[in-house]
Order: sequence, then structure tokens, then C-alpha cells
Amino acid sequence: MKTITLPQPVRLLSPLGWTVFIGILLAVGVLVPVLNLWVPVGHALHMSDFAVSLIGKIMCYAMCALAMDLIWGYTGILSLGHGLFFALGGYAMGMYLMRQIGTDGNYKSELPDFMVFLDWKTLPWHWYFSDSFIATLLLVVLAPGLLALVFGYFAFRSRIKGVYFSIITQAMTFAFMLLFFRNETGFGGNNGFTDFKRILGVPMATPAMRMLLFVLTGMCLLGCYLAARWLVQSKYGRVLQAIRDAESRVMFSGYSPLPYKLSIWVISAMICGVAGALYVPQVGIINPSEMSPANSIEIAIWAAVGGRATLIGPIVGAFMVNGAKSWLTVVAPEYWLFVLGALFIAVTLYMPQGVLGVFIHIKKRLKRSHGESS
Amino acid sequence: MTPDLMSQGVERLEKHKFKQVQALASGGRHASFSRIHQPGELDLAHGRILYLEDVNVSFEGFKAINNLSLDIGVGELRCIIGPNGAGKTTMMDIITGKTKPDSGQVFFGSTIDLLRHNEPDIAQLGIGRKFQKPTVFEQLSVFENLELALKTGKGVKASMLFKLNGQQQDRLSEVLHTIHLENHLLRQAGNLSHGQKQWLEIGMLLMQDPKLLLLDEPVAGMTDQETERTAELFLSLKGKHSLMVVEHDMAFIRQIADTVTVLCDGSVLAQGSFDDVQDDERVIEVYLGR
Amino acid sequence: MKAIVWFGMCCLYGLSFSVAHALTSQQVHDIVSGDTDTRIESLQKTLAQADAQTAVFLQALADDAVLVAGQQVLIVRDNKATDAVTNQETALPAGAENVVSNNRMRGEIDSALAALQLLSPDDALRMKAAQALLSEPDPSKKILLEKAIAAEKNPAVSQLLLLAQAAIDITNNDAKVRLAAAKALGNSKTPNTQLLLNQQMTQETDAAVKAQMLASLADIKSALAWGERLGALFTGLSLGSILLLVALGLAITYGLMGVINMAHGELMMVGAYATYVVQAFFRKHMGGAFDYYLVAALPVAFLSAALVGALVERAVLRHLYGRPLETLLATWGISLILMQTVRTLFGAQNVGVENPSWMSGGVEVLVNLSLPWNRLFIVLFALLVLAGVALLISQTRLGLFVRGVTQNRAMASCMGVNTARIDTYAFALGSGIAGLAGCALSQIGNVGPDLGQGYIVDAFMVVVLGGVGQLAGTVYAALGLGVLNKWLEGWTGAVLAKIAVLVFIIIFIQKRPQGLFAMKGRSAEA
Repeated sequence: MKTITLPQPVRLLSPLGWTVFIGILLAVGVLVPVLNLWVPVGHALHMSDFAVSLIGKIMCYAMCALAMDLIWGYTGILSLGHGLFFALGGYAMGMYLMRQIGTDGNYKSELPDFMVFLDWKTLPWHWYFSDSFIATLLLVVLAPGLLALVFGYFAFRSRIKGVYFSIITQAMTFAFMLLFFRNETGFGGNNGFTDFKRILGVPMATPAMRMLLFVLTGMCLLGCYLAARWLVQSKYGRVLQAIRDAESRVMFSGYSPLPYKLSIWVISAMICGVAGALYVPQVGIINPSEMSPANSIEIAIWAAVGGRATLIGPIVGAFMVNGAKSWLTVVAPEYWLFVLGALFIAVTLYMPQGVLGVFIHIKKRLKRSHGESS
Repeated sequence: MTPDLMSQGVERLEKHKFKQVQALASGGRHASFSRIHQPGELDLAHGRILYLEDVNVSFEGFKAINNLSLDIGVGELRCIIGPNGAGKTTMMDIITGKTKPDSGQVFFGSTIDLLRHNEPDIAQLGIGRKFQKPTVFEQLSVFENLELALKTGKGVKASMLFKLNGQQQDRLSEVLHTIHLENHLLRQAGNLSHGQKQWLEIGMLLMQDPKLLLLDEPVAGMTDQETERTAELFLSLKGKHSLMVVEHDMAFIRQIADTVTVLCDGSVLAQGSFDDVQDDERVIEVYLGR
Repeated sequence: MKAIVWFGMCCLYGLSFSVAHALTSQQVHDIVSGDTDTRIESLQKTLAQADAQTAVFLQALADDAVLVAGQQVLIVRDNKATDAVTNQETALPAGAENVVSNNRMRGEIDSALAALQLLSPDDALRMKAAQALLSEPDPSKKILLEKAIAAEKNPAVSQLLLLAQAAIDITNNDAKVRLAAAKALGNSKTPNTQLLLNQQMTQETDAAVKAQMLASLADIKSALAWGERLGALFTGLSLGSILLLVALGLAITYGLMGVINMAHGELMMVGAYATYVVQAFFRKHMGGAFDYYLVAALPVAFLSAALVGALVERAVLRHLYGRPLETLLATWGISLILMQTVRTLFGAQNVGVENPSWMSGGVEVLVNLSLPWNRLFIVLFALLVLAGVALLISQTRLGLFVRGVTQNRAMASCMGVNTARIDTYAFALGSGIAGLAGCALSQIGNVGPDLGQGYIVDAFMVVVLGGVGQLAGTVYAALGLGVLNKWLEGWTGAVLAKIAVLVFIIIFIQKRPQGLFAMKGRSAEA
């Protein structure tokens, strides 16, 4: 019997991959701080504060796109409500930041301004631990995680799939948006939270703090990417793809899809929550319109534009689409929605594998023609 | 006396012994008293691995399965034949847990009630199914398909931390060799030919190491040579595993079957050896034709 | 002040037994001169003996058409001067000054005029005046009221007048009078009376009167309860009928064709804007027939939305059949484009669409239940559209082909059915119905670029709840959700009711994932 050489377990990243990764790590951690803080303003190489905050914001979006790829690209579950998890993480951090304002608000009171405005005398129960940073960090991960766990358990258990599931996630985020718009819910109503002053006692509006947040976001994004890659390359990731392609077959092979779907759903939600928590201090505001269905659907399009089931694709997609949005809303604002709508249609019709898919396709063609000619 | 003749003699002796044991009144079964039964364990003391009794299923008024009673012995290779709409696939759906019958009993061994379990559990208990249409995981490679089907822990944590050990690698190689796909190890399963996909699915079934194999039209669309190989494979599996094969290819059935059951309109029409069934008037009228 | 009023009332009491005096010049003079307090007293006094000329004079006062010159008081209308007392035409003397009345005076004049209606020869006017007095009891009109009661022949008006009297008596000093009044008020089953009794109850000291007030309140409440229940039911049905119209189109495109159309709301918006355009056209070119613009708007809305739908289907959706998640995203993109197009063409603000006159107002079924005509028509319209669609699907060849293509595309194609064209027709039909829904929505709500966004989630919920493949599910789900939503609103307010409905649907889907009426058979996996 001929001995068959079985393939070796795949490494996390190829040597080339590691080089690129380290390169980006250094760029985020060293180069950008230097270009922004050390290089003087007006110099050609200076990186403006605006650029730093924009890229920081887009990196948070890229984390959401990564989370969406895990759940849609690899498991085949299209969620139109991921913006909700993002917003919940944001609100958790927002609560902490509101408490950090202390008595420096408009009403000079211990309570946040909007509560004074509503004539409330004490903090509601859901604000109890919001002055502890550790508790806030826990909440940032637990709030979206628990919601995802409960919702996902009931949804996957009754085998809701496909478009029905997508519509229900849309309804979920819509319901929460309505809830958070109410003043009585105690999250600032339709104004949300804003006017932040400090984190951990340190003032927020300084360039140093902004840079710190930027670097932190970059590290989180890179870390999440590595973790996602590890997950996806393991047998777990292959089972997820099998669930995406032929769920009934997976069941007959002895795997129960429910724990797999639930676990990736919760992980995906938690990544979005962390992204939201990093987003709010950089942008300085959070309000219920972050929970609108439109926001969640945009996350899906970032993943689709970049290329599903590639992990890098959605990150690239997030940068491309949001970059275009920043540019167009300044240059020709009334055209942005046309472009976005056309993007949705073009990607689904002509580029189902996304930008990365086109890239890979071209590479294959080149390799084939190169192979033929040589 | 050559080595070939020696091995042939050994085989013949084993077959003879097997038949002798079966011919006894108790059919190889031993007394059940003073045996300790573990709950959840497969109890084959009575020699039946699958037992269906009076199963009924209807889909909106159409009675798909009508008082079906069937049983399969341990190590047997049973063939199921019958016209379209006789309920063959539905019967498999019931056994594997995809469909719940309106009434009746389905037992795996003497003690495991299959109606109480769902599909993944039934697969883990040791019943493997091959579908009519080859369903493999198209986007994964042949190797990954087989690795997925491996009989090992199927939970989330087990999958995250999984690494193939030596024994499993050997098993994988063995199965790969059996299904003749050694050269296509890294090909995407979606790119295989129809016959190769059938083989891959059979390979996945073997990886699961099930006690009972349910095979729905395993040689449909295969060439003669591939059909021949499949027959050899099934015959080699018989005895250690029990098989239930649904097929329309009469030559194939003649080659492999111990017993043939004919299903018609949701119930058993006739049962016996291939020749008995072939000569049965009712079967000729309903299915075989003159 | 009180003494003067009392004195005045004695005079009036004495005078009321005499023959109804005509307006005297002294009275007229007193009303136009002096400070406001004295003027008001004189007004009250005159009111007690009011006649037709008093009404004319008071109306002139209200219209600022009265001038005074010395002792003579004149009414001037259209440059013609008439004497206020005799109503004879006279010459306008020089130095005549306008009579100015301040706000309080005006208020008194207006209420006096209203009260005078009590003596009007017209039954309807008297009825109206009596009702007005009942809703806003004014003790100063008491004498006039008694006079009216005495002279009243019409039993319906008489009853109202007695109730009005009771409304005034409820504040009387005498407990016995109040008791009788409380009892009498129990017969008036209006929310205003309820309010009055509740107000008086807080100031009431006498126990017996209080008990009687409670009893009367209970009576009124039980009578009103029916009105409230039916009112909630009607609002629920109205919302349900709107949801039905909105979801019907979606049920066709998703249920029959498996296309999830996120642009459905925008197709409704197209229909609504088509209605707006038709309205503008009628207003500009066919002013006389403006009331009938709706009749023309219906086919225009249907066709415009159907055309847009057909275009979308041919250009985009055709290539995405069998890929529901991609369809979802592509149609979302289309919805963005449609919204932005409308914003560019018509502006981002809401545009005004008026009800034609025959749809304005409402019909009063019970005292506290008034059903608006526009909502009634929409309920009727929804049922008609439903019937039309059901007939189309079940009785026509097109419907047969649509059903065939839905159930087995390959076989239908083999039978010679042009599946591509049928797809376009079916999608256009669904879109056209969305257009009709938009037309209906324009009659009861605002029309703006985000008209569709408000209804799309509800429409999806109806489709998810009702199940796929049968129109019956959509009907029951739409009506059920509408009624449920409105019923919950009564307890928890609009936002929480909506959230509760969404949660209810999510839980319902757990138990029954295929919805109320499921597509049966083997192919139940979407």
C-alpha cells in the first residue's frame, strides 16, 4: 500500500503574512504616532488629527466587518442587526464616560445632564456600576454577548434560517432603537451621550489620548484578526463552512449545528461590542441612530465588497467603502447614496467574491498564463 | 497446496462455521439472563440491529408509510427494492431522525429508541447514511471532508483544539486508499466527478465507523467498473458492519444481497433471497415486470 | 358685583313675565358705553329679554360694525348706516365713534350670541347651542336657558336643554339642587359631562350628592366603554388594513417568488408621490374636478410603481434568483437609489397631499366614537384590492402561470410558459400593489422620501408571521397585528406596544417557524 502524505496542519500565517502583519503593527504602533505627534504641523509628512481620528473610526468599522465575515462569510448567517451589538458596546462605554464627566456638566450635578433635565433624583439601576472601569470593560463584552446568546439560542434552536433570520435580526435592532429613543429608558433618549471629558481621570481631548486610543484600536483589530484566523483554520472553522454549505449533511455526520452557530454568533457579537467601545471615545458621541437597520446593512456591504470568507477582504472593504463615503460626502454629498446603492447592486451582481475575489481571479489567470508560456 | 488455496480454504471454513451457528435454533444468540445492560449502549444480544414495527407516516393525507415492519440482523447486508414512491427514502428519513412517524416503533439494537433522538445523536450512536444525491462539502477539500467525518468528539471545544493523531491519520489513509481518491487529496470536493463524489461520501461514511450503514442508491451514475468496486467494498464490510442498501440495479443487488426486501406503497410486499423475490408473482407485477 | 348681578336678575325675573320687549335704546346705549364690567352686566340683562334685533346688534358688535354718536347707536355695514334699535336706515351723523371691545367683552359677546341660538327658529341651531351650553356650562346664561326650556317644543332639544340646566345647577349652593342635577347628568353620556362631574367631585362636600355623582359617573363610564372598545377595534382594523395593503405586495413577491424586496417601502413611496403629482396636475389644470383626482391617481400610482418594479426585476433581480441573501442586499441598494432620486426630484421635505372633500371628516357612530371617512375608505379599499388579487391569482391564466412557475419552474418552462416574462409580471403586480398602498397612505399620513422606511419592518413581520405561499396567512397576520398593536397601545403607549409586538413575533416564530399558514410539503426549507 502506497503511503499517502497527508497535508500538514496550516500555520497561522505564512512567512510573507507575518512580515506584512508585523509591518502593519509597526505602522500603527510607531509610525503613525511619530507622524502625528512628533512631525510638526505643516510638514509634508505630518499626519493630521482628522486623518488619525478618521482611520481610528474606520478601524472600528473594520472590526465589525471582520465579525460579519465570521458569521456570514464562514457560517452563512446574514445578520442585519450587528449594529445593535456595536451600539451596545458603545453605550456601555458611554455610560462610563458620562459618569467620568462628574460635576463638570451643564448642571454641575453628580448625575449626568440628561437625567437632571428629566428631573431624576437618583441613578437608575442599570447605571449602578458605571463608574468602575473594570465593570465597564466587562459590560462592553457581556451586554452584546448575553443578548446574542439569548437571541441566538432561541432562533437557532427553532432552526430559523436564511432570510427569515435576517429579517428577525433587523426587527431586533429596530425594536432596540425604538426603545433607546425613549427618554424613560435612561440612555439619553434621542440625544444619547456626548460631551465626554475624561477616561480614568485623564482628559480625553488631548492629542496623546487620541493617539493612545488609535493605537489601542489598531492593536485590537490586529489581535481580532489573528484570533479569527486561528478559529477559521481549525477544524471548528471547517465545520462552520460545512454548516454554511450543507447543514443537514453536517447533522448526519454527527455534529449538532446549534452549539457551533451559537458560539460563533456570540463571538462575533462580542467583537462588535469591543469595536463600539473603542469607537465612542474617538468619535465623542453615541445615540440610538447607531442602532438603525441601515447601519447594520452597511456592515454587510463592507464584507461583501471586500470579499467574504477571506477575513482580510472585509477589512479592506470597510476601508474602501468608508473612505469613499468620507470623500464623497464632502465633495458631492447628494451623490453618496446613489453611489452606495449602486455599490450594493454592482457587488451582488458582478462581484460576488468581492474585490479580493477579483484580485485572486486575476492572480490565477496570470499564474495560468505564466505557467502555459513557460 | 499453494498459499492462495490455503487462504481460500480458511475463508470457506469461516463461512461454514458462521452458517452453522446461524442454523442453530437460537441463531447464535445467547441467553439474556445475568447480563447487565448499560443504558445507551447498543444491545445486540437478540441479533437484530434495526427493528421497525408498524410504522405509519402520512404527508397531508398521502400515506407514505403504511404499517411498515422490518428488521435487520447484525452483520447482514439487506437490500431494499421497490417502485418509486414506495417509501424507501422516507423510511431512511425516519430511521435517521429527519422525519417523525405518526405511530410505530423504531429501535436500534434492542434498547435504543430512535424516535427519541435527533439527527446528530443518531449519527453519533452509530448509524451512518449516504444520500441519494451525493452530498459532500463542496467548498472543502477531499482531505477536509474526510477529516470532518472522523469519529471523534463533535463538540465545539473539541473541534477548536483538534489535531489529527497518528492513529487517525492511519485510518484516514486507509479510507482514502479504499475509495481510490489518494491522488485527489487536496482537490476541492465540488470539482470531483459524480462517481468520485459518491465514493467520497461513502468514504465519509466509513470514517464515521458506523455500526449500521444506510445507503440510498450508492451506485447511481457509476460506471460498471466503479459498480464492481462498490460491490466488493460492501461485501468486505458485511459482518463487521450491518448494511441496508436501497438500489434499482438488479445485477448489483444479485451480487451483494443476502436478503432482499420489496417495499410497495409504504409496506413490505415480499422478503427473501434474491431468487425467491425475483420469482414472486406480486413483485413481478408491481416492480420487476415480465 | 354679586349684588348687582342679583339685582339685575330680579329685574329680569320681573320683566320676563312681561311680553318680550324689543331691544330698547337704553339697553343698547348701556352695552356700548362705560367700562367693561358695566357693559357686560347690561349685556346679560339684555340677553334675558333677547329678540331678533338683539342678535343682529350683537353680531354687529362682534364684527366691529357699531358706531355711537351721542345717544344714537348705529350699525354700519357696506357704507349703509342703520339704527341699532329700530333697524331703520338713517344717515350717518358726523363725529360718530367706533365702539371698541376688549377681549373679555368679545368673549362675552360671542357666548351671548351662542346662547341666543337657543331661541333660534332653526331646530338644528338650537340643538347645537344646547350642546355647546352643555359642554361649557355658563351660570350667567341660566335665565335665558330657563326661558328656552319653557318655550321649547322639540323633545330632543328639550332634553339637551334640561341637561344643560343640570350642568349649571351642579354648582348651585343648595345641596338638594345639586343632588337632582347630579342625577340628571347621569343621562348625558358624553366625555364632557364625565369631566364636569369629575371636576365637581373634588369640590363636593355633601356625601349624598357625592354618592349620586359617583353613580352617575359609573353610568356614563359603562355607556362610554363600548365607544372606547369599538374605537380601539376600529383603529386596530384601520391599521390592519393598511398593513394588509403594504404586506400584500410583499407577500406576492416573497411568497410566490422567493424574492425579499427591501425596496418595497420605496415602491410605496413611488405610488404616494405619483398621487401627489396627479393632485398637483388636477389642481393646476382641472380645478373643478379636483375632488376626483383620487380616481385618476389610483391607476397612475399602480402603473408607476409596477413600471419601476418591472425595471428593477429585469435589470437586477433576474440575475439573482435562487440567491435570497444577495437579493436582499441588492434591493436595499435599489431602495437607497430610489430614495435619493425622489429627494433630488422633489426635495427632502414632506409634500402635502390633501384628502378630497368627500373623504374629509367622519361619521359619528357613538357620542365618543367618530369614524373618519378616509380610514373607512381605506379599509374598504384594502378589502377590494385583496379580493382583486385573490381573483387574479386563482381565476386568471396569468395567476395560473404564476402559481405554476412558483411551484416548479422547470416543468412550467417545459409546458411552454415564458418563465422570464411571468417573473416580470408577478413582480410588477406586487410592486403595483405597493404603489396602491402608497396612494392610500398619502391620504392619511405625510408623504416624504422616507415614507417607506416606517412600514417596511412591519410589512416583513406580517409576511414572517403569516407564512409563505398563501394569501390567507397575510390577511390574518396583518389584521391580527394591527388590532394587537392598537390594543396594546391603550395600555403601554405606542413605542412599547410596537416593541412588544416585535418580541411576540420572535417568540411565535420559535414555536412555529413556518408562520401561521405554511407552505406544505417536502420543500419547506426556504
